[in-house]
Amino acid sequence: MIASEAVEQPPAPADAEELSKERIAYLERIVTQARTAAAVFGQFTQEEVDRIVKAVVLAGLEQAQHLARLAVEETKLGVFEDKVIKNMVATEFAYNYIKDKKTVGIIREYPERNLVEVAEPIGVIFSMLPITNPTSTVLFKCIMALKTRNAVIFSPHPKAWACCSEAVKVMYEAAVAHGAPEGVFACLGTHTLEDNAYLMHHKDVALIDATGGPNAVKAAYSSGKPALGVGAGNTPVYLEKTADLNAAIVDIIISKTFDNGTICASEQTVVIDDEIYDAALKKFAELGAHICNEKETRLLARTVIDPQTGFMQPMAVGQKATAIARFIGLTVKPRTKLLVAPIQGVGADHPLSVEKLFPVLAVYRAKSSEEALKVCVDVNHAGGLGHTAVIFSHNDEIIRKFSEVINAGRIIVNSPGSIGALGAVYNDLVPTFAFGCGTGGGNSTTDNVNIYHYLNIKRVARRTQAHMWFRVPNHIYFNMNAVENVAQFASRSTIVLTNPALERMGLVDIVRRYIPPETHVHLSVIPDAEPEAKVVLEGVEGLKFYQADQIIALGGGSVIDAAKIMKLKYESPNADLEELAAPFLDLRKRVVEFPTEKVIKARLIAIPTTSGTGSEVTPFAVLLDKKHGRKITLADYSLTPDVAIVDPQFVMSMPKGLTADTGIDCLTHALEAGVSNYASPYTDAYAMQAIRLVFKYLPIAYEYPQDEEARTMMHNAACIAAMAFSNASVGVNHALAHAFGARFAVAHGRANALMLPHVIAYNAAVPAKFMPSPYTQGYVAHKKYATVADLLGLGGTTVEEKINKLIAAVEQLLDKLDFPHSIAGLGISKEEFERAVPELADAAYNDPSWRSNPRMPLVKELVELFWKAYSGRGTADVVAAQHGKTA
Amino acid sequence: MATVSVLRNLDEAQLASMLEKASEMLADNIREVVMDFSAVRRINASAIPAMEEFICVAEEKGITVVLLGVNVHVYKALKLVKLASRLSFRELNWMNSFEQK
Repeated sequence: MIASEAVEQPPAPADAEELSKERIAYLERIVTQARTAAAVFGQFTQEEVDRIVKAVVLAGLEQAQHLARLAVEETKLGVFEDKVIKNMVATEFAYNYIKDKKTVGIIREYPERNLVEVAEPIGVIFSMLPITNPTSTVLFKCIMALKTRNAVIFSPHPKAWACCSEAVKVMYEAAVAHGAPEGVFACLGTHTLEDNAYLMHHKDVALIDATGGPNAVKAAYSSGKPALGVGAGNTPVYLEKTADLNAAIVDIIISKTFDNGTICASEQTVVIDDEIYDAALKKFAELGAHICNEKETRLLARTVIDPQTGFMQPMAVGQKATAIARFIGLTVKPRTKLLVAPIQGVGADHPLSVEKLFPVLAVYRAKSSEEALKVCVDVNHAGGLGHTAVIFSHNDEIIRKFSEVINAGRIIVNSPGSIGALGAVYNDLVPTFAFGCGTGGGNSTTDNVNIYHYLNIKRVARRTQAHMWFRVPNHIYFNMNAVENVAQFASRSTIVLTNPALERMGLVDIVRRYIPPETHVHLSVIPDAEPEAKVVLEGVEGLKFYQADQIIALGGGSVIDAAKIMKLKYESPNADLEELAAPFLDLRKRVVEFPTEKVIKARLIAIPTTSGTGSEVTPFAVLLDKKHGRKITLADYSLTPDVAIVDPQFVMSMPKGLTADTGIDCLTHALEAGVSNYASPYTDAYAMQAIRLVFKYLPIAYEYPQDEEARTMMHNAACIAAMAFSNASVGVNHALAHAFGARFAVAHGRANALMLPHVIAYNAAVPAKFMPSPYTQGYVAHKKYATVADLLGLGGTTVEEKINKLIAAVEQLLDKLDFPHSIAGLGISKEEFERAVPELADAAYNDPSWRSNPRMPLVKELVELFWKAYSGRGTADVVAAQHGKTA
Repeated sequence: MATVSVLRNLDEAQLASMLEKASEMLADNIREVVMDFSAVRRINASAIPAMEEFICVAEEKGITVVLLGVNVHVYKALKLVKLASRLSFRELNWMNSFEQK
């Protein structure tokens, strides 16, 4: 039983009076019934829901004529035959759209995205109904609500109460007869704005769905409740010169006369290109329209538009053209369908340019397409924002432009506006009886309101298996005399880039020996320091001058980095280095992309002369920005050299200090890549092998520099570790070392060494803050350190013991390499260090290196790490015990 | 002496009328009414006002209403009509230990 009958209703108070206790009790009972019904309905299955929906659709179709007749008789608006069609569209077409759609449980699945959408009913919906489309709106909303397992309290327009009440009854009885919970629909009896306000603010009303005039919509949105408020429009129509005139005029007449123009999406002002204006008006007249002369237009405007408010007169709404003509004393032919009134502009001085829900159509003669579009924009802004617009044209460019400048949720092309906007008849729009008008119309949606607006859609997001990568150069040649492989790379013009010391040592000559004789070779010597922009740009000029197709970078990290950047600027002259150095969190999601368009291509062969940075295989390059006193770090796989030649003959004469520094840099790369959040089985394999090689061969290479095997293995280790960290990145150790090294001018490897034991202990402990990472499952850094200890055969039975043994082994290695025990050991006073620490911590925190660290460092933790490094080795194993004895 | 009253074999279709009858039998000496809801797959619209009425009577007499083995859909429906907070819920195996006592 619907509420208007089920609950004995006390008399409705006059408007603006406070609600009586009896009235409140009545409204409360209605809400309680609806709330109960919604709660019960929430337990229904899709099959049960679909059975009910089909039953009510059939009931609505069965009663389509009866309800249409009631609506016309009660409201005195519209056309019986059209209202029958509306009722049938509201049931049959709506059903056709929703019948196979899932609205219970899982409604959509996106396996490729690991996403599932699950439906949750809204609960109790308070729905205000319009006078213009009363029964069709009821039928439509009942079907939508049932399909989504919601309960609805309907509030009909006072002048459409009886027909709405009957429509609700028809649907309710059919629904309950097929199993829907009692109380699922209620229709307020005689009621007031205060009743509506009470319900709109009721805590158990979950959503307000207001279809109607601007006041109803405004009240809905002002209630503070989620609302779907869809209301008035003012549809501009552009009749463009390429349109099929006959078809267009017929469509406009169909639409504008449908139910006597009561659909708010119907055409209001037709803007016609000058070239076809006269023909268009002639066609209107031929097809039964009366074209008003100037005097008639003025008379019409005065009569059907309220001069005070500028809005249409309610008495004209939904009336026939002949009736309106008769009312204003206009003589028209008996079968006149439409009154066409030429206007000269839009706005207050042109009253007929507003919305007219009756068969009166304004027309405007536009001198050009540009003017036509502007007038359409004016109409759109004169009360039609967000609603509907229509264009008749076969010019795709004009249609595109129209859709760009007009703000309308529905832009109907070459078809009737009103029926087109309802959807599913002339186009593939979703069928509806409520048009969302977006923010332009004060609405929350531009959609054709449908079942999905009557649902809370829950998204179940499963963890995705993040794609990872392992990218290394195409060619890596290693072991003694690997440089011979230079010979296999044909080149017309090659630049050999190196630094003065290496040139003096004759290393360039070794390389030149293997460059094919037909190649023109040019030497470019740059300072032995991190490259600065000036050096790079000069190098690029050299590449251009010699039209180089190959660069051979012979040197340490600085030379190879310089070559990478030169190649980048040479191949892509418009590359903006500063922009390319923009920070990023995930390489694959970075804002700035490296250029892929290249004006020329040059091969980069990297031949390292130190065993540490691994720049020959990394996608990184550091540029010194002297002007701003900073370093610019570039990172992109396009920077990776094409060929790496890891030939130990170029490192046989490395000094002991450099051997130690670069060797520990290599170890740090491998250890950090090993516990990185970006680590993978691929990078682990490389990291572990590099660690093993360093522990075995670095002390030998340090102690016996001419030991060829040790030099070879350390050179390989550096390259292998670099391939690990190129793909897994480094961590907090590098962030600390960068900051400390820059501030106190300490070599990078040495700075890493001072931090390393403390960072292992730090990462092995239970983090104060875990680092979010889609690449890792759980916290594993401590276990990975234990695996390293196992690999090195350090012994220990528990994870804790193994970590402590690893820390001890690292410290022993540092001792063997004669590294200072502490920052204090470098001769830096406590006072000086104390002054520097805040700045160091900030710099380390701003360093991107730690983004892949397993543990998210807090600034205060960075401070603690600096102080531990200041105090020295032998204090690092305490923290590792926190993980307990898990083996 | 305070007692515990147990209602078994509650029938989903007859729930409203059973609750109405049960509320008439709520005696002052009952401390707790325990209802076995394990066979109630769904609560219907007429059962909800009946349940509310039953709870009101029980509350007036200081009796706790306990539902056993409520499925999550019924539980959610009771939550939506704001009755869940006025009820106690226990697992079905509570009955075994109660019977052993």
